[in-house]
Amino acid sequence: MPKVKIDGFEVEVPDGTTILNAARMIGGDIVPPAMCYYSTLKGSGGKCRTCLVKVTKGSEKDPRPMPKLVASCQTMVMDGMEVANITSDEVINARKGVVEFLLINHPLDCPICDQAGECHLQDLAFDHGAASTRYEFERRTFERIDIGPYIKLHMTRCILCYRCVFTAQQLTPERVHGVVGRGDHAEISTFIEKAIDNDFSGNVIDVCPVGALTDRTFRFKSRVWFLNPMEAHRDCEKCSGKAVVWMYGKEIFRVTARKDQYGEVHEFICNTCRFEKKAPGDWVVEGPRNIERNSVISQNHYLAATTVR
Amino acid sequence: MGRKLLLEHAHVEGINTYEVYRKHGGYRAVEKALKTMAPEDVVEEVKKSGLRGRGGAGFPTGMKWSFIAKPEGVPRYLLCNADESEPGTFKDRYLMEKIPHLLIEGMILSSFALGANTSYIYIRGEYSWVVFILEKAIKEAYANGWLGKNILGTGFDLDLHVTPGAGAYICGEETALIESLEGKRGNPRVKPPFPAVKGLWQSPTVVNNVETIAAVVPIVNDGGDEYAKIGIGKSTGTKLISASGNINKPGVYEIELGVPVEEFIYSDEWCGGIKNGKRIKACVPGGSSVPILPHFLITKTANGEQRLMTYESLSDGGFASGSMLGSGGFIVYDEDQCIVRNTWNFSRFYHHESCGQCSPCREGTGWMEKVLWRLENGQGKLSDIDLLSDVAKKIEGNTICPLGDAAAWPVSAAIRHFREEFEWHINEPKACMERNYGLVKEPLATV
Repeated sequence: MPKVKIDGFEVEVPDGTTILNAARMIGGDIVPPAMCYYSTLKGSGGKCRTCLVKVTKGSEKDPRPMPKLVASCQTMVMDGMEVANITSDEVINARKGVVEFLLINHPLDCPICDQAGECHLQDLAFDHGAASTRYEFERRTFERIDIGPYIKLHMTRCILCYRCVFTAQQLTPERVHGVVGRGDHAEISTFIEKAIDNDFSGNVIDVCPVGALTDRTFRFKSRVWFLNPMEAHRDCEKCSGKAVVWMYGKEIFRVTARKDQYGEVHEFICNTCRFEKKAPGDWVVEGPRNIERNSVISQNHYLAATTVR
Repeated sequence: MGRKLLLEHAHVEGINTYEVYRKHGGYRAVEKALKTMAPEDVVEEVKKSGLRGRGGAGFPTGMKWSFIAKPEGVPRYLLCNADESEPGTFKDRYLMEKIPHLLIEGMILSSFALGANTSYIYIRGEYSWVVFILEKAIKEAYANGWLGKNILGTGFDLDLHVTPGAGAYICGEETALIESLEGKRGNPRVKPPFPAVKGLWQSPTVVNNVETIAAVVPIVNDGGDEYAKIGIGKSTGTKLISASGNINKPGVYEIELGVPVEEFIYSDEWCGGIKNGKRIKACVPGGSSVPILPHFLITKTANGEQRLMTYESLSDGGFASGSMLGSGGFIVYDEDQCIVRNTWNFSRFYHHESCGQCSPCREGTGWMEKVLWRLENGQGKLSDIDLLSDVAKKIEGNTICPLGDAAAWPVSAAIRHFREEFEWHINEPKACMERNYGLVKEPLATV
């Protein structure tokens, strides 16, 4: 079992663990942010470059440092490896640069975006971004597209993390969803304007780190922090039926899968649960859901016992 | 007169046909290798020759070949990277157009050395007519028993295919090339695993440039030691240079590595001096992505030594005062050329060609292009210069593949060496506009 030291904290991890996952085992502030890596999606990661870290010592056998910053979600730990994340100015500067790049073409329309409050880009910009922009040109924009009856694609907000592409490829039988175009005019698109039409398509909404893919049955209904997330389950023949229902009083506003503290879903849910079961009688409510991410949702507005940190 | 190994017979009438090529010693190397040598011997000869990758990075080819994983029961592949898209580089096209059989012979030798039974030439889509030349040559090679099953009765099988790309610079990156060849979107893969372990269809793969593969032919014919005698130090052999820009004789030249840069530019054998007797202003010695050199650093290095056409000498002084041999796209600028305009043009290219996979390159290349456009058109601000070098610095080294570096280097180098010219564009917006609209009759000193 290789031992790795991240910002001075040592941890022993199984073979084949990435630096990012090793850091998550330690937890706390030293966990690099990840916009594109998603532990339950095969092949994801390496694209957004926010998780760059500095390897100051390659391994016990070969102690040379790595010449460039590496993507921690893709680099496997070696025994004796030493990694600097928040203790390295180089990493912090590079991360600032990446955040700036991600934001130059982002519309920054958080006040009207449904993702606000649970948006990873918002958190990332809050933690690492600059107060003002140096970009003085027109931002890239796209038309909003409805992909199917339930999902709205707002490409202008997209950061091209490819998570939804992997979801579509791995969760659903036919590949109907991909990237067209290249460079900064690349866009997520369904295959020749076809609607995404299968039972698990709604999960692309959950994996999207920004507000590019939103739930059409929930759009503009409420800000997420006014709702109470409750763990609930129902008998479903297609999926596990375990979900989080977002309630205001007795009314269910939306249903999402259960996300962990890094915003990752481990049990994907089907479209029936997500979009069609919104009557109070459809769900057995278990109790309040811990939103473990450092999010506005968990800030003091409801049961104190459920807030973390 | 330098020795020519690759282009020796380039001007022979009909050398692109099998008969003429064979008459001039063609396929001799295949006979020699398949009948008298083991695959390891070929690798050994290439190692001895000191041949370095001719596509740009200059990685020793023999070493690259020895890295290939050899698991039991898994096929290995050799891919020829003919996706030559670097602005200023056109040597591979010339080679394939003139002597297609040389590449095929090299492919047979290299595939034999690596133990590959299926090989591909991935050619740039824009070279549509070259595809037909290669396909015709491959047909001839099949007909004469140099390709197919049981070549020369030695039991070695090889199938060779030509696959055109769809016109993307990024597909010249080896993992993007592999993705594209597999029929997917040409996005570079995250490394590791390297192609030598998991490449085409998850099998061990070697990707080499056209010129590298062609150079294996003289190495096998004359032996690696003989090849290593040409050149200086670790830059051995000959190199094709695509010379372009404000010179009297633009074209593809084969030089022995180690020719002084001054001689290469001014000798009648090669570029033949600057057009119209003008002075040289700058030079990009290795294709658009390498740093530009100002006039006082072209013929001499920063510490006063003569600069030679070698990998080491051109990169002498690092990026502060040196450049790279790269793929050999030698672009010369005379005193009238605008470096800001040139940098903008390069930036526009990289913006257009960025695959859009990782964020620094996707967003940064477009940003740099827009700022450079503003500068070029006299709408810039003084802070733009620092902004540009900061953006370039934040792209460089933080991307998945080297396209980010390739986009950042020319911008940083232009600012490093020609800062006054950028400032001129900001301080003289009117003169700048007049020049751009062609209202200036006299040549305008931009510095």
